[in-house]
Amino acid sequence: MSTAVVTVNKGVFSGFNLRQKTLLIIGFTSLLLLAIVISSVSFGEESLHTNFGSKNLNPSPEHPFGTDWMGRDMFIRTLEGLGSSILIGAFASTISTILAIVLGLLSSAGKIADSFISWLVDLFLSIPHLLLIILISIGFGGGATGVIIGVALTHWTGLTRVVRAEIKQLKTQEYIHISRNLGKSKWWIATKHILPHLIPQILLGTILMFPHAILHEASATFLGFGLSPHEPAIGIILSESMKYLSAGYWWLAFFPGLSLLIVVLAFDMIGENLGKLMDPKNAHE
Amino acid sequence: MLDNEKIAGFIGKKILRLISLLVIVCFVSFMLIQYSPIDPVRAYIGEMPVSAEHKAKLEEYWGVNTPPQEKFLNWAGDALKGNFGISLIYRIPVTDVIKERFTASLALMAASWLFSGILGFILGIVAGMKKGTWIDKAIKTYCYVLAATPTFWLALILLMVFSVYLGWFPIGLSVPIGVTAENVTFLDWFLRLILPALTLSLLGVAQIALFTREKLIEVLSSDYVLFAKARGEKGLDLVLRHGIRNVALPAITLQFLGFSELFGGTVLVEQVFSYPGIGQAAVAAGLRSDVPLLLGIVIVSACFVFFGNAIADLIYQFVDPRIKQQEASI
Amino acid sequence: MGNMGNKTEINAKGKKETEALLKVEDLSLSFIQYASGLRQTELKVICNLSIEAYRGEILAVVGSSGSGKSLLAHAILGILPSNAKLDVKMEYNGKKLTQEIKEEIRGKEIALIPQATTYLDPLMRISNQVIGCVEEKNEGLMKKVQREVFQRYDLKPDVDRMFPHELSGGMTRRVLVSTAVMSSAKLIIADEPTPGLDEKTLNETLSYFKDMANKGCAVILITHDIEAALKISDKIAIFYAGTVLEVANVEDFKNNGENLRHPYTRALWNALPQNNFQAIKGHQPMQDEVIDGCIFYERCSKKNELCSKGIPQFKSINGGVVRCNNVS
Repeated sequence: MSTAVVTVNKGVFSGFNLRQKTLLIIGFTSLLLLAIVISSVSFGEESLHTNFGSKNLNPSPEHPFGTDWMGRDMFIRTLEGLGSSILIGAFASTISTILAIVLGLLSSAGKIADSFISWLVDLFLSIPHLLLIILISIGFGGGATGVIIGVALTHWTGLTRVVRAEIKQLKTQEYIHISRNLGKSKWWIATKHILPHLIPQILLGTILMFPHAILHEASATFLGFGLSPHEPAIGIILSESMKYLSAGYWWLAFFPGLSLLIVVLAFDMIGENLGKLMDPKNAHE
Repeated sequence: MLDNEKIAGFIGKKILRLISLLVIVCFVSFMLIQYSPIDPVRAYIGEMPVSAEHKAKLEEYWGVNTPPQEKFLNWAGDALKGNFGISLIYRIPVTDVIKERFTASLALMAASWLFSGILGFILGIVAGMKKGTWIDKAIKTYCYVLAATPTFWLALILLMVFSVYLGWFPIGLSVPIGVTAENVTFLDWFLRLILPALTLSLLGVAQIALFTREKLIEVLSSDYVLFAKARGEKGLDLVLRHGIRNVALPAITLQFLGFSELFGGTVLVEQVFSYPGIGQAAVAAGLRSDVPLLLGIVIVSACFVFFGNAIADLIYQFVDPRIKQQEASI
Repeated sequence: MGNMGNKTEINAKGKKETEALLKVEDLSLSFIQYASGLRQTELKVICNLSIEAYRGEILAVVGSSGSGKSLLAHAILGILPSNAKLDVKMEYNGKKLTQEIKEEIRGKEIALIPQATTYLDPLMRISNQVIGCVEEKNEGLMKKVQREVFQRYDLKPDVDRMFPHELSGGMTRRVLVSTAVMSSAKLIIADEPTPGLDEKTLNETLSYFKDMANKGCAVILITHDIEAALKISDKIAIFYAGTVLEVANVEDFKNNGENLRHPYTRALWNALPQNNFQAIKGHQPMQDEVIDGCIFYERCSKKNELCSKGIPQFKSINGGVVRCNNVS
């Protein structure tokens, strides 16, 4: 009949319990992403100077990711590309989250609003996501703006469903009924009672949106819809690298893509572990 | 009520839904492109030198001066008759382009859909059975990494390894040099199909494997598996008897719901491997403002996704005996 | 009930000398869990529980719902979840009952009759489930046996091909009982077999267990329904907050219950409708409450200084056992 805090652990992280381990992973990956953004912003123009004397070099200690056909250092180009990917991801996720909150709350306003929101979600899901981004980006004039808007306007569907379901569940709670009987307005209930409960869910949803947004931006850019060739972007780097594949310059594609994979994985891990902290039901598995 | 009658009702409802969906999708896409700052005439002309007279003719053909609503109605009227216009890039009717391209893409998608489904299901079952062991961890890691992998990057890597380095497959080029499209043999076509299909399959495995694993773990901790264990069933027999039976339907349903992502993956993979499918056509149409073709592809892709969802629904409502029973009792 | 009681006495006397088929001594069970923020905790559900089951007898384990009685059954069968920590000395048929032996004999020597329809595979036809996993060459034979058993329990041939959700409550109960009858188990553990049954079906279900005991099986009946338990059992184990406070013979509940040993058992007796129908005040301690002394201390009317220090030892009194300091 006692509750005791027990530490049981094996393997690499011995000495840490699951809680510390989870927090450690979250901390470490966040730091990594922050470092990428900061370094990409702090690199100036001059660090990407063209130097035809050192073009198409294999990876070496001096140029860990090699150099391209203009002698630019691929490591710095990759970092800059990742930085802009993360920033675009952040922007798109923020917009999509705001849309999701507004639409989710709206869906609780009434039956008609609710079925309209569901219909809107179905509509957005009816066209393959990448095609939808392409369509929207064309609608907004293409280029970087077009793709960023396209990515930002298409990632809200999942979180909207979560918010909608969560509100439905909250509305059956006793204290909401009491507030309503006390004559509180819908707006008051929504902001004072419902929103605070949704915040953890929304935070998690936003973080889990990041990797999708980043991958979609990179894909659209790779296909040629997004950023223009002189702007730093992983999609651009990889689509350029295609021209040099048969020449055997493997590093042009390998490292930038791998770095993108690691960034996406880092966001996934943060989301996953935050989720575990919030809902520990299955943690012992 | 007879099952056949119910299925007929179901299909009827679905068709109505599809029609209403298509009307909206067409309208929204059409307007999106209409109000785009991109000028279709400029896009069409491109680098060609044209006279002002010719340009005016083109503008008339494109209806630059007619109001968008009217243009939409014109287009929709033609579309209803099966005429989606002439593709600007390929200079043949849009329907012909789509027919040819979509067939090629279907082969690619079907191959990777089947392969990723089967492989993913098996991996998921193995991981779920061996939960917590190194096999489970290896499969889980593989899936997480794949889920984070950019499709086009994996395609590039496979292209580098198998085409450039090992030289097993042709690089890019949709048709071998000196061979006209009609003379492409089945073998040529098959060789071109392998790498794109492999890329899509490897990526498609992740979702279905993780889902199957979760579902199997859920089933294995259910009361009925507990009871089966209490009655002496164990190991592989237990998983085969109760696990697969209860996991298969949801997994197949999920695989059908994945048509949208499959299509997106195809677009990227076709681009890297220069596979002459609908994805490549969509990118070309988008980049070069081939409005009729782009609209046609949007419609076809919406139908494709809808078809997958409808089959998933059908399985859910008519194959699972539990649901069947609930319906009957209502 | 009088009639049944007489028969019970004869049976109990006839087998009393023989050794217990199953002995469970000092069973403690806890779960490792994660709370919000991934703080790991250990939750004790069963503590120092001891029972014995004899051939030809029905032992009822009676306790309120949701107090972890089912886990006792799962512990005996070795089907606890992976985060469970079990500490116990168990003997089956005179031999130590290890996890390996549990896996070997469950379904053959020990059968579980589970409590609800969720224990049946929702996508498998009834006859396949009842027959279970058998070699192909035995399938025909088992099918015949299954049909006979179903016939006995008045389950019509069309039930064979039904799915679990198509069964009524009573039919489900009979199907679940059939699974145990199909096996040649010596020890039957029935987990809450009575809720939701009408008077007639209830008596019918209870009579199945009586039949099994009469054929020489040891039956452990886990239930919250003390009245049902009194109808057919030979011994009643009183389960309270994760442990057994008293094992009484069913005769002890007769007359004024003056032979009952533990204050809680007396209180339960008092709460029976045919007696005073008076419920005891207070509630069982929660699973995460820390209690040093007797688990019943808070609600006991006879507590003294000693009771708050240490768990009382088991004492044998009058053919029953009890954990109480104030009985002699």
